[in-house]
Amino acid sequence: MLGLAFAKGGGFVPPSTADFNLPPAIGNNPYTTKPIFLVVLSVVLISVFFIAASRKALVVPSKFQFAGESIYGFVRNSIGEEIIGHEFMRFVPFLFTLFTFILTNNVFGIIPLLQFPAMSHVSFPYVLAGFSFVIFHWVGIKKQGLGKYLKGIAFMPGVPKAVYILLTPIEVATFFLVRPLTLSLRLFANMFAGHLLLLVFIMGGDHLIRGVIGLKIIAPFAFTFGIGMTFFEFMVQCLQAYIFTLLTALFIAGALADEH
Amino acid sequence: MSLRTTAAEAAANPLIPHTAELIVGFIAFSLLFLVLKSRVVPMFEKAFAARTEAIQGGMEKAEKAQREAEVALEKYTLQLTEARTEAQKIREEARVQGAAIIEDLRSKAQEEAARITAAATASIEAERQQAITSLRNEVGTLATELASKIVGEALDDQVRQSRIVDRFLDDLEKSK
Repeated sequence: MLGLAFAKGGGFVPPSTADFNLPPAIGNNPYTTKPIFLVVLSVVLISVFFIAASRKALVVPSKFQFAGESIYGFVRNSIGEEIIGHEFMRFVPFLFTLFTFILTNNVFGIIPLLQFPAMSHVSFPYVLAGFSFVIFHWVGIKKQGLGKYLKGIAFMPGVPKAVYILLTPIEVATFFLVRPLTLSLRLFANMFAGHLLLLVFIMGGDHLIRGVIGLKIIAPFAFTFGIGMTFFEFMVQCLQAYIFTLLTALFIAGALADEH
Repeated sequence: MSLRTTAAEAAANPLIPHTAELIVGFIAFSLLFLVLKSRVVPMFEKAFAARTEAIQGGMEKAEKAQREAEVALEKYTLQLTEARTEAQKIREEARVQGAAIIEDLRSKAQEEAARITAAATASIEAERQQAITSLRNEVGTLATELASKIVGEALDDQVRQSRIVDRFLDDLEKSK
């Protein structure tokens, strides 16, 4: 679309949500789009990397093993153990998968040639938030029993009865609607906006450099800013992967606690 | 643009998920989860456990060695003290024994000296008696001979002779 606009030499068409919908590579098959390839690629890359890093499981790790271990140890200790507590080990594989999966797909947004964050397609965050949702409720139900768990959510103990008129709808909405939605939308929106921002600077710079002399001078600033924003994006990508995993751990910890 | 009939709908609202992506996302995540859970997490946990054990084992070993060293030191100190006491005792005993031996020897020597002195005294006394007896006999004979020569009286009678000698000697002692 943009390409067409430039080819015609028309005015600048700012990047829009349509830029996130790349056509399928093979015919009309919806399973051959770029984000789907990227997600599959991420699974392969993460698996290969971590299997290779953990294969030897040495007491004194090689640099490679250490790299894998650092990421694993970060999720295990800083997110799992610190948030969930003594039962954390059951959830480490899930949290670890969540973190690496999100991080890799996010970072794809700034990797040359790939340059597309799969998480900017809301379907993936939905799936992940769905996993998170099912797991933390399942944990709560299993730990406290369905009735007690639901009662704990709807009627928070230690609150005057009259307050339940206000509190119950809020709490129920929080647990069953707000949590999964904010979890997925936060990730989606950050990746979406970040990618859009990069598009604006890079495409804009590209447009400027094709323009008249006066505009050509400004183009480098657009590119420089675009590069700066790329670093910023990297930070956001890591941060969002961390936040998603951290919040999931917090929800699980909340469900595990007898009284929240 | 014909390719993007479904995509165009989604383009209008980026919050509407794509079925294909939902399915792929679900499968991809599940698959990754299974791989990481079965192949990666156990291996890392194994490495962590081995490391913890290695560190803990080393520390425990060091602690044990230190404890053993302390026990050994205590034992040696005790033994040293015992040895010192023993030596002191032995020295004391030796001194006492030495003193006893010296005392014993001294008393023995004194005894011996006393015995020798007594024997000597006795023998001197015996010799003196002998000398007195023989002197008395000789002096008696001489005197008798001399007197018989002077007096002309035969004093060969034994009884008389001895009486005369005794008297003579008594006179002699009285005149002293």
